[in-house]
Amino acid sequence: MSVRLEASSLSVGYGERLVVDSLDLSIIGGSVTAVIGPNGCGKSTLLKALGRLLPARSGAVLLDGKSIDRMPTREVARVLGMLPQSPVAPEGLTVADLVARGRHPHQAWYRQWSSDDAAAVDAALEMTGISDLADRTVDELSGGQRQRAWISMALAQGTDLLLLDEPTTYLDLAHQIDVLDLVQELHVSGGRTIVMVLHDLNLAARYADHVVAMREGRVVAAGAPSEVLTEGMLLDVFGLDARVVVDPVAGTPLVVPVGSRHRGVSGAVAPGTSAI
Amino acid sequence: MSTPTASSKPALRVGAASFRLRPRPMTVVAGGLVALAAVLVLDIMIGDFPLTAGQVVDTLLGGGSRRDEFVVFELRMPRALTGLLVGGALGLSGAIFQAIVRNPLASPDILGVTWGAGAGAVTVITFGGSLGVVTGTAASVGLPLAGLAGGLVAGLLVYALAWRRGIEGFRMVLVGIGITAVAGNFTHYLLTVGDVLDAGRAMVWITGSLNGRGWEHVVPVALALLVLIPVALVGGHVLGALQFDDQTSRGLGVRVNRSRSFLIVVAIVLASVATAAAGPIAFVALATPQIALRLAGTAQPPLFGSVVVGGVLVMLSDLVARTIYRTELPVGVVTAVLGAPYLMYLLVRSRREARV
Repeated sequence: MSVRLEASSLSVGYGERLVVDSLDLSIIGGSVTAVIGPNGCGKSTLLKALGRLLPARSGAVLLDGKSIDRMPTREVARVLGMLPQSPVAPEGLTVADLVARGRHPHQAWYRQWSSDDAAAVDAALEMTGISDLADRTVDELSGGQRQRAWISMALAQGTDLLLLDEPTTYLDLAHQIDVLDLVQELHVSGGRTIVMVLHDLNLAARYADHVVAMREGRVVAAGAPSEVLTEGMLLDVFGLDARVVVDPVAGTPLVVPVGSRHRGVSGAVAPGTSAI
Repeated sequence: MSTPTASSKPALRVGAASFRLRPRPMTVVAGGLVALAAVLVLDIMIGDFPLTAGQVVDTLLGGGSRRDEFVVFELRMPRALTGLLVGGALGLSGAIFQAIVRNPLASPDILGVTWGAGAGAVTVITFGGSLGVVTGTAASVGLPLAGLAGGLVAGLLVYALAWRRGIEGFRMVLVGIGITAVAGNFTHYLLTVGDVLDAGRAMVWITGSLNGRGWEHVVPVALALLVLIPVALVGGHVLGALQFDDQTSRGLGVRVNRSRSFLIVVAIVLASVATAAAGPIAFVALATPQIALRLAGTAQPPLFGSVVVGGVLVMLSDLVARTIYRTELPVGVVTAVLGAPYLMYLLVRSRREARV
């Protein structure tokens, strides 16, 4: 397993403010990494810097060992696909046309629609299960379908490295599971390396094999979900008093927040589960 | 679902080159070209010396009497062609702006480019006029150049002022409205201080008029279109990937700021050259891309489609302008009467975008 994407003493900021502060991180090929942390801790900024959407203030991002800043934009886009948090498409764009735009890094003005392009778009539509929605417009889709369409575009790009910024935002729980199952399938069957920002800690524990916890622009803990998602870390990173039990379905850590109402009875652990 | 959706779409593939064939936009272009030819002939037929369609076609093909030749080639053809080309240039310019800014309000008229070009040209008319050279070199070279310079200054100013680590459509529109006001007021100031005769001439010009347009007006616009249509079509491929938010576009491997700046400069030059030839003809650049978009059923204004629709629109409007009343009206009056309700419709209609 080799390191695909690496941040080395990376600092990123907006204006005066430093949002990511001399951060080190390695993304191993073929892994699913979830970046977690409280609001404003810099997880989205980190993801943007990893995908070269934001320039590094200092330090570097290395893609397959090469400094990503020195690589041509198009070359990066052939290796690394990125789905921003709330992507915007023009009104009236069909799903097929949206997904076809994913082929852009492989095209030129005289080569706008090769048979490879058509095949990649078909495969991406099929993989995300939206082939029958191809001629609908993106604005008339439901939230879950729309997210599948955007993921489909990233797939058509044909990269084996995918960065997803909160792919489950605005989705109800059933659709969150739906999208994350899809992400897992891309990982298992396609061997893709995936880095995603997730808010839901329990879903992060379930779907990632590597969890990175951030606070104030730095990595506080990184490793397997069971190593990272501990009661101590939750208190330290989120300031959250919580119990961590074993997820009865997946066996991964399950975070149960205490909250002010139940403080004092927090020692209670349901029979059949054990505290980690 | 196992039906291959994308592979079944028609395509043209020759060697390494490949293009999507989209039947509906192609039909719009083909139909538009037929309409262009028909309106061109109609425009040449109608006037103080009426000609039949047969006479017009005959004369265009080299036959026809001396009188017909004069009427066709000296009187009506240059005017009709100026209208056609100016309409095409404005349509293309508007289509590029609207696609990049993702806002149907973004057009060179709203963004201040045409008014900037107008201010540049009126400067030459008022100051050139008082020096008595406006009919000579100043008219044929100075006016287009001043228009181009004015349009570029206004357009680049809007781009620079709206810039905050990227471009947001609404901010560009707001800044553009400001620049339009500044350029408009500067123009009115020139009209106030200028000679009465020059001011009168400038006033007609500001409304947007094709009256008395000769071959010297056709040539600059034709040259600009000849160079910039291929440029826009090559850049138009990038336009497809630029229609998203900046981050998505960048993720697709587009050098967003470089590509967008380049395409915006192309659009500014098109609008400025057109304005220099015929004055700021209102609403054409605003409405044309949206009409073409609805005809073609695409999400983005089609570039070729906007060229032909713009040409038809301006020629038809000019035909109406010079025949509807006893005296000729400037074409800008007709397009303004047609365009104003459309602008109100755009403002009233809430703007929707597909977001996650």
